Amino acid sequence: MSRMGSQTFVYDRPPAIAAHRSIAGPKEGKGPLAAWFDTVLEDDILGQKSWELAEMEMVRRCVQAALNEAHVTDEQAQAMLGGDLNNQIIASSFAARALGVPFIGLYGACSTFVQALVIGSALICGGFLDNAVCVASSHYCTAERQFRFPLELGSQRPPQASWTATACGCALLSNEDRGGLRVTSGTVGRIIDLNISDANHMGAAMAPAVFDCIAAHMADTGRTADDYDLIATGDLGWIGRDLLLELASAADMPLPPDRLIDCGASLFYQEQDAHAGGSGCGCVASVACGWLMKRLEAGDIRRLLLVGSGAMFSPTSSQQAQSVPGIAYAACIERRD
Amino acid sequence: MSRQPFTPDQYKELVHKLTPPSRMLRGYWRAFWVGGLICCVGQALTLWAEQLNLGEITAPMFTTSVLVFVGTTLTGLGVYDVIGKYAGAGSAIPVTGFANSVAAPAIEFQREGAIMGVGARLFTLAGPVLAYGIASSVAVGIVYWLLRGWVL
Amino acid sequence: MDTVWLFVKAFVVGGLICDIGQLLIMNTKLTNARILVLFVTGGVLLTALGLYKPLVDFAGAGATVPLTGFGYSLAMGAIEAVNRYGFWGAFVGGISRTAAGITAAIVFGLLNALIFKPHAKP
Repeated sequence: MSRMGSQTFVYDRPPAIAAHRSIAGPKEGKGPLAAWFDTVLEDDILGQKSWELAEMEMVRRCVQAALNEAHVTDEQAQAMLGGDLNNQIIASSFAARALGVPFIGLYGACSTFVQALVIGSALICGGFLDNAVCVASSHYCTAERQFRFPLELGSQRPPQASWTATACGCALLSNEDRGGLRVTSGTVGRIIDLNISDANHMGAAMAPAVFDCIAAHMADTGRTADDYDLIATGDLGWIGRDLLLELASAADMPLPPDRLIDCGASLFYQEQDAHAGGSGCGCVASVACGWLMKRLEAGDIRRLLLVGSGAMFSPTSSQQAQSVPGIAYAACIERRD
Repeated sequence: MSRQPFTPDQYKELVHKLTPPSRMLRGYWRAFWVGGLICCVGQALTLWAEQLNLGEITAPMFTTSVLVFVGTTLTGLGVYDVIGKYAGAGSAIPVTGFANSVAAPAIEFQREGAIMGVGARLFTLAGPVLAYGIASSVAVGIVYWLLRGWVL
Repeated sequence: MDTVWLFVKAFVVGGLICDIGQLLIMNTKLTNARILVLFVTGGVLLTALGLYKPLVDFAGAGATVPLTGFGYSLAMGAIEAVNRYGFWGAFVGGISRTAAGITAAIVFGLLNALIFKPHAKP
């Protein structure tokens, strides 16, 4: 285990991704990635009494499915690292209550899944854990009532607004020596704030932080964008992705548009009325676990830089007219034979 | 250490340039015809009230109450948010929109209980409207009272 | 023919008032709640200045159904109550004239919470 440069962990015994699972909601299940998700939900409530409990149940099912796939029992699971968008991350902690797995609650807004990968890999590489479940979720209905308005209120969204995905993704990291996917390095981003105060425009608020994190990763590891088959950002959306490309070329380290995708911009068709694209912790988690990791396994790409992006605001900070700071975490995932 | 190529002001300009604008004409048209139509329903109710021989005081009460009933019921049926998405201010500004702003949180927060859920959240959006509307009417009344005493 | 004209006036004036709100939604960062407050207090102010009553006389429901009409009722109520009760009328008139609408919203809102369940958006 070693540190490179100012912000990057390089895992010299890179943890393996022993299993990964994704669950997507009904709307997400009608999008372009529908066929890739392991489970597409039929409704948003999952037989529960509230949206919050439904999100908790989604996390529980996702983690359980990943553990089953790797034949790890609840008792053998050594840690669950995860978070969501609810106040005090209740979806993740209530799911951890149901599973009985030791729990490390994280909050990186929509970047939480990649944050969990970076920290979980470090704990495994450092020998503190043999395995770790990394999970993140979001639910349109819980996020909407917490951050914006009640669902029944008739209001319009501006074109820059994103659609919180109802989705969950979970990856089980393990120190087993095996072929397949490995997390080889991770970069912890800084909070960057370029004074965007429109809480609807999260792509604009997060793009500078994503750029900063990618630039730090490249500087720390001595790599360039050409070393990656694919760079996947979390939930910048269509507009945020354009902004990231502009920022990168202005800083003289252009990113290749054909090898830069955004999970949020990939989640919905334009006609699905998601405006700028999907967002939420579950967006990058489900797209990474459902689509990108399967593409890595298929050998269609061999080295992926997954960059989760988060907007660190709350309804309180918004009402107090504060700007929206961004954060990003990057994890390099590679296929080893 | 900053790697950012732009100052916040330059970045704001770039964001502005790359963000697509709302579709203006379409927005105005939708708000216009939906808002106008709701007002026509109000007009029809007023004419109906005249036929029922409701007085000058009770007729507007009848019209408003029926419109409010329609607004809250469409909210409960999950129709008003669809209309609102289409029409924007066209369905938010009429009194049916006020009814929607009361009924929406009441339905949404029923799981938080009858008191702090429904009872308190009922006024999340309507509260400011009532508070400032009533306060300003009191101010108008007092100013009118002062001027009247002064002039007469 | 007169009835048709009544509806045309209500449609056009009501639609135009809503378009002012749409202008604020699309061109400013004002939230819905702020726009609603602005419309009600704007209606109160215009009525106090004697500018809104002519519009109500002209357009009927086109002027009374939008939230500016709620402000009109509040202000007219306050003024009429001052004529009737003197100073304390200012504290009575606004609410009493609009009582039916406010009460209907509260009662039907509560009934809605009893009958309907929250639903997800497609």
